[in-house]
Amino acid sequence: MAQQDTVEPTRRDFLYIATGAMGAVGAAALAWPFIDQMNPDASALSLASIEVDISAIEEGQEIKVMWRGKPVFIRNRSAKEVEEANAVAISDLPDQNARNANLAADAQATDANRGVEGREALIVMVGVCTHLGCIPLGQSGDFGGWFCPCHGSHYDTAGRIRKGPAPENLLIPPFEFTSDNVIQIG
Amino acid sequence: MAGHSNYVPQSAAAKWLESRLPVIGLVRGSFVDFPTPKNLNYWWTFGGILFFVLIAQIVTGIVLVMHYTPNTAMAFASVEHIMRDVNFGWLLRYLHANGASMFFIAVFIHMFRGMYYGSYKAPREISWILGVVIFLIMMATAFMGYVLPWGQMSFWGATVITNLFSALPLVGEPIVNWLWGGFAVDNPTLNRFFSLHYLLPFMIFGVVLLHVWAFHTTGNNNPTGINPKTKQDTIPFHPYYTIKDLFAIVVFMILFAYFVFYIPNFLGHADNYIEANPLVTPAHIVPEWYFLPFYAILRAVPDKLGGVILMFGSIAVMFVLPWLDTSKVRSGTYRPLFKQFFWIFAAVCVGLGYLGAMPAEGGYVIAARILTAYYFAHFLIILPLLGFLEKPKELPASISEAVLSGGGKPAGAVAAPDTK
Amino acid sequence: MKTMIKSVRGALLAVAATAVATPVMAAGQAPHIERQQWSFSGPFGQYDKAQLQRGFKVYKEVCASCHGSRLLSFRNLAEEGGPGFTEDQVKAVAAEYTVMKGPNDDGEMEEVAAIPSDRWPSPFPNEQAARAANGGAYPPDFSTLAKARAVASGFPGFVFDMFTQYQEHGPDYIYNLLTGYKDAPACFGEDFSGYYNEKFIGGSITNEECHGQPLTGGPIGMAPPLSDEQVEYTDGTPMTVDQYAHDVSAFMMWVAEPKLEERKSMGFRVMIFLVVFASLLYFTKKSIWRDVEH
Repeated sequence: MAQQDTVEPTRRDFLYIATGAMGAVGAAALAWPFIDQMNPDASALSLASIEVDISAIEEGQEIKVMWRGKPVFIRNRSAKEVEEANAVAISDLPDQNARNANLAADAQATDANRGVEGREALIVMVGVCTHLGCIPLGQSGDFGGWFCPCHGSHYDTAGRIRKGPAPENLLIPPFEFTSDNVIQIG
Repeated sequence: MAGHSNYVPQSAAAKWLESRLPVIGLVRGSFVDFPTPKNLNYWWTFGGILFFVLIAQIVTGIVLVMHYTPNTAMAFASVEHIMRDVNFGWLLRYLHANGASMFFIAVFIHMFRGMYYGSYKAPREISWILGVVIFLIMMATAFMGYVLPWGQMSFWGATVITNLFSALPLVGEPIVNWLWGGFAVDNPTLNRFFSLHYLLPFMIFGVVLLHVWAFHTTGNNNPTGINPKTKQDTIPFHPYYTIKDLFAIVVFMILFAYFVFYIPNFLGHADNYIEANPLVTPAHIVPEWYFLPFYAILRAVPDKLGGVILMFGSIAVMFVLPWLDTSKVRSGTYRPLFKQFFWIFAAVCVGLGYLGAMPAEGGYVIAARILTAYYFAHFLIILPLLGFLEKPKELPASISEAVLSGGGKPAGAVAAPDTK
Repeated sequence: MKTMIKSVRGALLAVAATAVATPVMAAGQAPHIERQQWSFSGPFGQYDKAQLQRGFKVYKEVCASCHGSRLLSFRNLAEEGGPGFTEDQVKAVAAEYTVMKGPNDDGEMEEVAAIPSDRWPSPFPNEQAARAANGGAYPPDFSTLAKARAVASGFPGFVFDMFTQYQEHGPDYIYNLLTGYKDAPACFGEDFSGYYNEKFIGGSITNEECHGQPLTGGPIGMAPPLSDEQVEYTDGTPMTVDQYAHDVSAFMMWVAEPKLEERKSMGFRVMIFLVVFASLLYFTKKSIWRDVEH
């Protein structure tokens, strides 16, 4: 009898722990569909890439396209704008990272790294202020680039933050040329 | 809910909270220390199962609303969007749709349990009446939920059921137009049904709390129907009934999962996968299975107003059930005659359900009339008379005595797994 | 008194039993549907990818000229649990179709080549146009059609269906319909110029001469859509009406229930989990209750 008393509780404890553990696993597995249903669904993901014809953008002009529900600025910059952007020393920039999804994560924020490779006048950026998500106005602000009216962030002609509360340069989305004049964003 | 816990807060934090809001004591008194008869059989787990299903319906419903669009032009497509595109959307929707059926399966068993063991009798009348109120709100919620996918059965079911009110003399027509927000079931109807379908489950939740409060004040009924007399007759709710209910809930989940994963459309109607079309009526309009007995009663009467009155009467009669049953003995276990009439009544309800699914013609109508008459006779004639005519068996002295002599095992519960 | 109650009860029971057992009154208008073998039936059923691809070909080359699938996106054709086309194949298929998009910078709507995220373009702009082009008959959309068609199993069939997990009413019916065309019965009269399908549940035979004849189905607006050798199969599958009907029915089931494979495979895991968890709970419950007489 005495022996049973010591053995029994152990076996019982094991049963209770096993049951409890299984319940915890089940609850966690059950929770996942309820969480994941809020993630972007299949129809949203299928719209994650778009193709844009850029042949019609004149020098000094820009177009805005919608990508993933956000505006993307595609600007064919004037020579003066490119020159201004190149004149800035990297060390003067608040954010020295290129923020270019097509380059290495530590690429420097030179104008070459911001623009399109081989077409330095062209720049493709997500038109969303990196501060709190407003859309910056073009060709305004202290640096002739973009200016966010919400909280006064000034971006230069390469879309780099120069003054104001925004922490990062305007983001450059992943894109590639599918032909000479068509880029696929995303 | 009627907590009489001996709980004394130990930690400083618990003392701080308890002296301001005695919520720990309330919960402990209601669901931990609560003295519960020790002889409750598995039919008593359906209360816990129903609570689980209610929560499951509310949670799946809330996430479905994140993707659903209540507009006649988009509702059908948005439900299909959930089925096709939303992550696990098919699972959430099938859980919700089949959950409604599970809710009714459990509630019917719960109600028949209450009828068999006389749980509606004094002093538990309020609990029973609140239960009938919950049942009514549930039916309204389920009906309006079925309209939301905006399929053919949604539309025509809504049209037929709302038209019931047109049977009322004088005010019928204005009431129906008021319900519709127009001159037919249309976008305003869909929008208000959506709003109410979201609201009513929370009202159910509130009434459920009252329902529990009521029978926690009187104490649970039990298979013998006699009140606990000594401490030996009861055990604390936790851990004994928490674990028993949990086991029953998981077994019920197996049934639930079987429907959701393997036959998700078995209980639905094929026509509801056709988008609503106000110009084409389906050949047979059939409500969801849980409404079929009431639908059979509705159609059994050749008169429009009469049918509506009888259908609502079939539920209304349950409100006065505590006063129709004249027997002094609660539990059907000790009522040899009642026991047999109970099973006939159950069979009649199933028969009415079958007839509700059949076309209203020929022999089916005659059968539905006979069964409808019996349904009401059971409540209005048989139960009142039985109390006087029947000679009940001898009652055990206490729950403990019934348990020890094996008498606590009621004949009606033979199908329940018996665990000792 | 007691015996009286008993006899009344017995009588009531007998009446109730006969009433419930009353056979169907109406003559057998509902067609008999021959159940078919489907790869996706049963608890472990999965779609046959090759069959879905063939069915898609039949749909695209035959059915799609009249029947839309407005909830089907091109991208679905490459998704898990479907026909298993590659992304490039889907792009190529989509590019064969045009969809209206816009407005462009000039404010015009324009017809452009479809991309995978686009929906399958419907052959008619609206139901009225579809009816006008099809002699008044409306070719139903395929999006959910395989779940919207069923011939009731009746009692007690539906009880068995619950345990055999029979969920293939739709494809069975579609197969039967596609192979159910027959010469119009003589009682239809000389001047009957339509098509007769003995499996068509939407049809009704109103000719008085036909009364009392064992006919099912009725006149149907759709001409027999399939004929042998009509659609080119390159994998050696027989190019017969029977095969086409099977393949396109399976494809339509996938269009209506694209998550079937995910559902059944998840169901198996959930069932195993629940059964094991329930057993553990049972023993835990037994252990907790071991000292209570109840």
